[in-house]
Amino acid sequence: MKSAEEIFQILKIEFGNSILGLDKDTPTEPIISVDPLQIHRVSKFLRDNPDLQFDSLMCLSGVDDANGNKVKNADGDELIEGGTLSVYYNLHSVSLKHKISLKVSTSRTEPKVESVENIWKSANWHEREAFDLLGIFFLNHPDLRRILMPYDWDEFTTEVSRHPLKKDYKNPEFYQGMKVPY
Amino acid sequence: MGLLDKEFSDGNIVIAKVDDLFNWARLSSVWQLGFGLACCAIEMMATSMSHYDFDRFGVIPRNTPRQADAIIISGTVTLKMALRIKRLYEQMPEPKYIISMGSCANCGGPYWEHGYHVLKGIDRVIPVDVYVPGCPPRPEALLEGLLKLQGKIRNESLRKKSA
Repeated sequence: MKSAEEIFQILKIEFGNSILGLDKDTPTEPIISVDPLQIHRVSKFLRDNPDLQFDSLMCLSGVDDANGNKVKNADGDELIEGGTLSVYYNLHSVSLKHKISLKVSTSRTEPKVESVENIWKSANWHEREAFDLLGIFFLNHPDLRRILMPYDWDEFTTEVSRHPLKKDYKNPEFYQGMKVPY
Repeated sequence: MGLLDKEFSDGNIVIAKVDDLFNWARLSSVWQLGFGLACCAIEMMATSMSHYDFDRFGVIPRNTPRQADAIIISGTVTLKMALRIKRLYEQMPEPKYIISMGSCANCGGPYWEHGYHVLKGIDRVIPVDVYVPGCPPRPEALLEGLLKLQGKIRNESLRKKSA
């Protein structure tokens, strides 16, 4: 069993600048920030290192941080420009009984994160969900389709109504001839 | 000379209007499409169980729309599901009836504002005969909805479809 501080030090020695920081001021497990284009290497190390053995990805969630500038477009809709989208990974080691959270932040305009699907299989559908609801692209994902919204959702929506969990999301007026707003 | 000799006094013959006969037959055996969507479906299943006994009204679930007379929309209808429901409805033979069960099916329910994936009322897609309010409605409420539907079928005419 390793504490969050020890896990952070092990990662820092192994990966240096790809490990961005440790946030211990959280109500749950401490969060280690990682470079979104290094997360695959880091995850593989976390799983395979005999001192860490993170064999289970409990959850993977996408988050819209909504930390950009609020601007109005021509239609008077409030949009968010700039800022970040984040992905959180909740890891658990069944054999060593310790836990840690990882976090990657990626730009809102071009959100790209490496997939960890071939490290923990449970990431497959979670990454599809984050892609579906927030539009985060997971590089090297084997099957990055929508999982909850209809497959043809894009044909009936515009840029602001494509991914419903974004904070500046606007409902489309119609989907397949059905009125969407109340 | 047979039938007319006995002037209808034979106990094996009943005389009725075709309308009344058909309506009586239809309202006494409303076969519903076995179909549940959300928490309302749990109440619908409870209604089918021995305590409330949907069967005493002639309601039994059929597993194909080809053999069903009614469809109970029991729960939240997502946009994705609405397309499937429309297809099922179109596969049912006439006459067909629809009971919209619960707030979600009636008008979107708690998802009316922020439910980006929820159809705000099944009547935007298919015509509804009876709305049963509640979230979810108790079995008694669903039974009353069925009685209302039976009342509607009772007054139908072959010349003009009303329900």
